Amino acid sequence: MAESYDKKIEFLEEMANKIRQKIIKTLLETGSGHSAATLGSADIFTALYFHILNHDPKNPEWAERDRLILSCGHYCPVQYVAMAYAGYFPLEELKTLRRINSRLQGHPRYGDLPGIETTSGPLGVGLSQAIGMALAARMDKKKHRIYCLTSDGEHDEGNIWEAVMFAGKNRLSNLTNILDRNNIQIDGYTENVMPLEPLRAKYEAFNWHVLEVDGHNIEAIIDATNEAKAIYEKPTLIIAHTIPGKGVDFMESEFKYHGVPPTKDEAALALKELRTLCGKIEED
Amino acid sequence: MINEKVKLSPEIFKPEIKQEPTRFGFGEGLLIAGEADPNVVALCADITDSTRVSLFRDKFPDRFIEVGVAEQNMAGIAAGLALSGKIPFISSYATFSPGRNWEQIRTFIAYSNANVNIAGAHAGISTGPDGATHQATEDLAIMRVLPNMRIFVPCDAIETRKATVAGAKIWGPDYIRFTREKTPVFTTEETPFIPGKAEIFWESSKPQCAIIGCGPLIYNALLAAKDLAEEGINTIVVNNHTLKPMDEKIIIEVAKKCRAVVTVEEHQIKGGLGGAVAEILARNYPTPMEFIGMQDTFGESGNMKELIKKYGMDIEDIKRSVRRVIKRK
Repeated sequence: MAESYDKKIEFLEEMANKIRQKIIKTLLETGSGHSAATLGSADIFTALYFHILNHDPKNPEWAERDRLILSCGHYCPVQYVAMAYAGYFPLEELKTLRRINSRLQGHPRYGDLPGIETTSGPLGVGLSQAIGMALAARMDKKKHRIYCLTSDGEHDEGNIWEAVMFAGKNRLSNLTNILDRNNIQIDGYTENVMPLEPLRAKYEAFNWHVLEVDGHNIEAIIDATNEAKAIYEKPTLIIAHTIPGKGVDFMESEFKYHGVPPTKDEAALALKELRTLCGKIEED
Repeated sequence: MINEKVKLSPEIFKPEIKQEPTRFGFGEGLLIAGEADPNVVALCADITDSTRVSLFRDKFPDRFIEVGVAEQNMAGIAAGLALSGKIPFISSYATFSPGRNWEQIRTFIAYSNANVNIAGAHAGISTGPDGATHQATEDLAIMRVLPNMRIFVPCDAIETRKATVAGAKIWGPDYIRFTREKTPVFTTEETPFIPGKAEIFWESSKPQCAIIGCGPLIYNALLAAKDLAEEGINTIVVNNHTLKPMDEKIIIEVAKKCRAVVTVEEHQIKGGLGGAVAEILARNYPTPMEFIGMQDTFGESGNMKELIKKYGMDIEDIKRSVRRVIKRK
């Protein structure tokens, strides 16, 4: 058992690396899109789509599925790539990202692509929609869970805090918010643009259960979501500490890569780094 | 002449006609919708009694959601509920919902085509003493530009009830606007209410002007039509309760018949009913028009009657506009 679980984690780590490479290729092909946060959250999306979520890519409308609500829609390249690898649609279709007549909109629209649970992009509203789904599940006595992925920068939005307050008051224990704490936003480092700390204390004050994990440790992410399932009476926040641009040395923690794709040369270098784990191993 | 086919109240022109705020009709309609479908849920932002959602709350406490003074969150939660198969109604004062939370409505309700019903209370200048901050006179303009959105502007409490029940049954987002003060209840149970179909409430032979209106001001339009008939000016009065999708057919038909149009609404004349009628006629049958409504200005405190008079929406104003537009033919 333990050995097979270790193997599973190893598989997930390799999948995260594959997803990162595909993100670089997809963004290069597209010519626009957000590099840093998509690479930075690849481990979280891998853990979700390949282990945590109770879902069926061949039956995306399955009523009992867990819901994943992406609040920060600009992360969608990583979600699209993870969904394609999970079997929601052919990998080939990733080439249509941000192109005309595509199901893969620059920011996702509900209804275009089965498996996308909400429209997203304009920040700070995903958690509210996740709350609506959590309330509906509670009213209907359904057991599925609602996961929301929020960015740290979008916590500047007042709407987020309205939602945090509501979820705490209503003890939405079927709701887990995974906050990608990568410390950057378009104009700079979050603590310079608009300080968010202490995030943990703020959520706790609103009656949330708060966990903090290394957002690149897939096992830790899985453990945290399991702990969240055991928490009754409260929604759970998982603060996932991540490095924006993770896996590509020159992009890591550089906020200038927040909203831009790699150039051709940068992409070649990035892919080499991902294949060699930043030079630690030989390229195949 | 009153159009007998639409079965308006026999008391219509009597001073003792029953008066009731349109929002009462919303409260009753929501209750009926809730009884008919267990998926109907109601959300309110700290003004549950004023919007009459209290009737629903007391009957279905498990399907009532209090969000506090947080209209943006309310719109987002409603979107999530709708995408989970619920039929949410969100209600607040129209300046705040769909005013403050417009972008949430645009992106997460209209663009997602989520089945959310948005109820805007205290619309129009007749909101009165609260002043311009609480008088929504722009809500129709901001909602009319949203693809997928239906818009109902009922003329009295009975029609508001019908619009609310219809909104729950029709799949997709819609906006229902209603007012605060008591206004005459001049339609009846038998008066037809078909979403998207305007009704002729008044028509005299050889009409010289069509008065196209929405909301409780339709009553003023009918009184104006009656006075004008005594002067020898014959008119048609159209109750255009659905602002979107508009009943283009009837608008064009009455314009052709009268070759002069006056629009009447408790809203900015830019972007509301008047704008919508002008768009249709410009494309199909260019017609001289006059516009009764807020003339690119904000309101102020006062009672309903004073405000309607000061801002040019009373019976005399409608009559003057009709005479003026006829001269422009």
